[in-house]
Amino acid sequence: MSAPILKLRNICKSFGPIDVLNDISLDICPGEVLCLLGDNGAGKSTLIKTLSGVYRPTSGTMEMDGKAVEFNGPRDASSRGIATVHQFGGTFPLMSIGRSFFVGVEPTRGWGPFKVFDRKKANEIAIHAIQDFGITRIDDGDRLVGGLSGGERQSLAIARAVHFGAKVLILDEPTAALGVKQATHVLRIVNEAKRRGLAVVFITHQVMHAMAVGDHFAVLIRGAIAADFRKGEKTREEITDLMAGGETMAELEAQIDGYMTAHDGHAPQIAGAAV
Amino acid sequence: MSSKTASQPLAMGQTSTSSNVSGFSVGGLFRRPEAGAFLGLFGVFAFFLVFGSIDFLKPAGAASWLNVAANLGIVAFPIGLLMIAGELDISIGSMIPAGSMTVAIISGYYELPIWLGIAASLALGVFVGLVNGILVVRTNVPSLIVTLGTLFAVAGLVLGLSVLLTGTTSVALKAPALAKYLFGQFVANTFQVIIFWWLALTALYVYVVHYSPWGNWIFAMGGDKISARNAGIPTARLTIALFVLSSTSAAFVGMCQAILFNSAQVSAGMSFIFNSIISVVVGGVLLTGGFGSIIGIFFGTITFAVVNQGIYFTSFDRNWSSLIIGVMLLLAVLMNNTFRSMALSYSPKKK
Ligand SMILES: Nc1ncnc2c1ncn2[C@@H]1O[C@H](COP(=O)(O)OP(=O)(O)OP(=O)(O)O)[C@@H](O)[C@H]1O
Ligand SMILES: [Mg+2]
Repeated sequence: MSAPILKLRNICKSFGPIDVLNDISLDICPGEVLCLLGDNGAGKSTLIKTLSGVYRPTSGTMEMDGKAVEFNGPRDASSRGIATVHQFGGTFPLMSIGRSFFVGVEPTRGWGPFKVFDRKKANEIAIHAIQDFGITRIDDGDRLVGGLSGGERQSLAIARAVHFGAKVLILDEPTAALGVKQATHVLRIVNEAKRRGLAVVFITHQVMHAMAVGDHFAVLIRGAIAADFRKGEKTREEITDLMAGGETMAELEAQIDGYMTAHDGHAPQIAGAAV
Repeated sequence: MSSKTASQPLAMGQTSTSSNVSGFSVGGLFRRPEAGAFLGLFGVFAFFLVFGSIDFLKPAGAASWLNVAANLGIVAFPIGLLMIAGELDISIGSMIPAGSMTVAIISGYYELPIWLGIAASLALGVFVGLVNGILVVRTNVPSLIVTLGTLFAVAGLVLGLSVLLTGTTSVALKAPALAKYLFGQFVANTFQVIIFWWLALTALYVYVVHYSPWGNWIFAMGGDKISARNAGIPTARLTIALFVLSSTSAAFVGMCQAILFNSAQVSAGMSFIFNSIISVVVGGVLLTGGFGSIIGIFFGTITFAVVNQGIYFTSFDRNWSSLIIGVMLLLAVLMNNTFRSMALSYSPKKK
């Protein structure tokens, strides 16, 4: 384990009277995947928004490469090498691949005030970056992003982050809503980013996905870190129990079984029980 | 397993980048945002050639719709950009008379230098745009509501002030020769000089929106505002700038009309609200943002103007023109939807 690139110490975040994050301390190391686990509303997205400069912590400190840092917004964080692919976002459906790849950092050619967007260069770089990650089906930078599959869009967003020199790559549920094959693809890209020496923070609700790529796991329950362990230190069942918010899965299963026998084998109709 | 994924695609990357350098194809034209507007314009021209006469393409006839298109077009561009960015500005309906009245009251009624009147008129546009933009950005109230408020507020202010200051709702203005030459002459006795402003602005907008990096920001903002902000685009400032642009453009059109017609009225401009939205939507801009083009808006504006004026070249009663505009709008929107889904589902054929 190398020296951490990002260190969080006693981070708290409240929105007015609501305390969302409570005394979070974490080390994020290069060449490692940190899996951030936890139930809905545990504060995972809020934590990574704090890491990526969208929110300022209410209290606590962050250190990057051993020096204290404060981010003045997402642009500041990304210029220091923290790239984030946010939950439900990151790509623009009606823009071309080349254009969306370079949003905010458009390459230009020409001189003085007559700089024009260099479409050809943008398309070439974008396509190359995506194909580098193994998505070889994408070979035309003029295609609209909305025409890609969910997994391809996630891959595009990750490739974009890596291309722009990210040192820390933060992925908020990149495999949610993806099929098995597409999810595998995204996981492979996560592994590839790790291999290139990036520190990856990976949020997921799927234990299998977490175990496939994670080196280091942190479980959030109601805004506090309930467990912080490394690969191999806990079994799949233990992780699942922690993710369910501390209730043991066995208890839950027993409840469901009890319900099924009481209702002629029909599963309970609880909205949102899945995942 | 990860080293395999990294090495295998490199070879593929080289073959494909060389194969898609060539740019132009007929199929490609239909995937562009302006495809519908272009076909619409074509259809409208054909319609009026069949039911009307060739007269509407001769200079005197062309002037009738070019004059309408130019006045409308200068406002339609920023309205279209706002729509691409996911916003709407209907306060232009009262900004046009506000621009006219400002220059007429200052330079006509009070007989101050015309340049002062022009500057004040444009400054009023900048001010109202700032109010619109800052309110939208700060409050997150939908821009339709914010600009509905300023639409009425500005209309009331203009009416109240002009009656208070001049005692009438219509003020005469005699502009000196240079101002008349630049903003209010009839070229060859029929073409309003504003047509040339419109054409020059079209070129400028095409450059800024489709070739400069800023254009990309507008599309990104309309596509997904939060992602755009996270990508480091100054979305608040850009939104405010677009509102300033639309108000100022409306004030500019009003100012030109006052100089052209040597007078200004309090109530002239409400029709611009719907007409500009129609032009923009016919031009292929997506009402919910993120998609559109300047050339599309340009064609959409001409299409609207031709329908609006073409009726005079036919034997139809002019009361039918709204029906034609309505049907045209629906057809254009359906067509644009089809072309947009074509663009989305497009992927290059394997060779
Ligand atoms: N801007 C905000 N203002 C007030 N409360 C907020 C805000 N953002 C998040 N919260 C609250 O903070 C809590 C944690 O939200 P967060 O989005 O971080 O959860 P999460 O762990 O990412 O959940 P999920 O797995 O569903 O994505 C929730 O209870 C949410 O209601
Ligand atoms: Mg979340």
